[in-house]
Amino acid sequence: MATLIIAEHNDAHLNDATAKTLTAALALGQPVDILVAGKQAKAAADAAAQLSGVRSVLLADGDSLAERRAEPLADLVLSLAGKYDAILAPATSTGKNVAPRVAALLDVMQISEITKVVAPDTFERPIYAGNAIETVQTSDKTLVATVRIAAFAAAATGGNAPVETIAAPADSGLSSFVGADLSVSDRPELASARVIVSGGRALGSADKFQEVIAPLADQLKAAIGASRAAVDAGYAANDLQVGQTGKVVAPELYIAIGISGAIQHLAGMKDSKVIVAINKDGDAPIFQVADYGLVDDLFTVVPALTKALAN
Amino acid sequence: MKIIVPVKRVVDANIKIRVKADASGVELANVKMAMNPFDEIAVEEALRLKEAGKASEIIVVSVGAASAAETIRTALAMGADRGILVKAEGRVEPLAVAKLLKAIVAREEPGLVILGKQAIDDDSNQTGQMLAALLDWPQGTFASKVAVDGGQVEVTREVDGGLQTVSLALPAVVTTDLRLNEPRYASLPNIMKAKKKPLDETTPEALGVDATPRLEIVSTREPSGRQAGIKVASAAELVQKLKTAGVI
Repeated sequence: MATLIIAEHNDAHLNDATAKTLTAALALGQPVDILVAGKQAKAAADAAAQLSGVRSVLLADGDSLAERRAEPLADLVLSLAGKYDAILAPATSTGKNVAPRVAALLDVMQISEITKVVAPDTFERPIYAGNAIETVQTSDKTLVATVRIAAFAAAATGGNAPVETIAAPADSGLSSFVGADLSVSDRPELASARVIVSGGRALGSADKFQEVIAPLADQLKAAIGASRAAVDAGYAANDLQVGQTGKVVAPELYIAIGISGAIQHLAGMKDSKVIVAINKDGDAPIFQVADYGLVDDLFTVVPALTKALAN
Repeated sequence: MKIIVPVKRVVDANIKIRVKADASGVELANVKMAMNPFDEIAVEEALRLKEAGKASEIIVVSVGAASAAETIRTALAMGADRGILVKAEGRVEPLAVAKLLKAIVAREEPGLVILGKQAIDDDSNQTGQMLAALLDWPQGTFASKVAVDGGQVEVTREVDGGLQTVSLALPAVVTTDLRLNEPRYASLPNIMKAKKKPLDETTPEALGVDATPRLEIVSTREPSGRQAGIKVASAAELVQKLKTAGVI
């Protein structure tokens, strides 16, 4: 049959997570359709149609889908599910919210955060904060899975799939949108950034966090991340948290500054290509995963590093 | 209204787990176990709602081996009113747990079910959403703020890029994120008192649920290790190494 992807987008822009999920979906060896559900989401649907390897794009446009709340979105996916034997969503906050709801309504077990497609019914996924990798096989009638986007490369563009408009579901009235408080940033998005500069508790204050981390991130055109300790202490916003309970990232370069390297943090970044640790405690666990470590006071080293990079 | 809080007994969050040499799973013998951290937050939130006069009774449910009763006792010591242990041996998947919870919800008729957003052992992040689906209730996942007002609950959710607030018609399912609250410790007198609180036992069979796992775990292995790195002496040397590695 075929595979359906629930696209990650904000109506105007298609998120990179969709192209990465497509790579996982194509590995299943079936035709792939992408569902773009939203309000005035034509632009995102057109972008999805350009992804290489897509059979068709289904655009569901309506008020009930404006914020992609789980209840109407799950109803929509369920109405399409009969035509598919696999439904994939990126493991973003939207994907993680809706996919299990769909799985339960189909009476199948979801496979969360797959990192590798071993066979169309067999997948690898991390458990215990990434400290073990489990290979699981499903015999359910429909595969429902979320895809860890840091584990797959984005599919190429250059496709030209047809965009088919489908009806948006009526809102059941179970939930309603009240408001959103989204961080506005000119920096690359954390989940898909090529370089990430991440700060921990050792920064000492929100001001110091900005003062030390931001110039280095600017110099490297990097996204800014943070450890849970830094977020809990109020030095950085919640959505910058990297780790088991925050974002899982795998950039080409991850610079951990004043981060000790608790297992929950390592779970979110240890698949980065090159890891740099700057910490004055030479015994900090972060040095066990760092390719390059610098044992020194971050308040002197980071400005020096920023300066050295500028030259 | 009643609040049901499902809790899971998992390997303590601070333990570095070991994969068994025969790839059959993770070593759990003689490993310290504890309540899943997100579930502690769920218990705490239920207690706060009760203290604010929004809830009448807090029922803690756990699915698992007999030892899961200890985890329920911990929640009772924090202040929950009574416990239900669904005794099940072996692996019980989120879908089966959701079905068991649905059966308990049908019996207890709570106004709210508060779960942790994920268990730190299987890292699934599914049970709350699945329960909401099976009940056809709204869901407020990854909650960092919960406000009950009349027939509605307003949930502020941690989403990629910031926060989102939704209003849900009660009854509803809420799953907790880390920043929802700071769970309290159980005091010694409360630990003693908790031993006298009611704890009922039931089974998947009694609840009419087939808890057989759907997924087969083929193998469990260690993640690929990273090559040992090197220490550099200065920022200049670091820049040179990163240039050689081609990442800047």
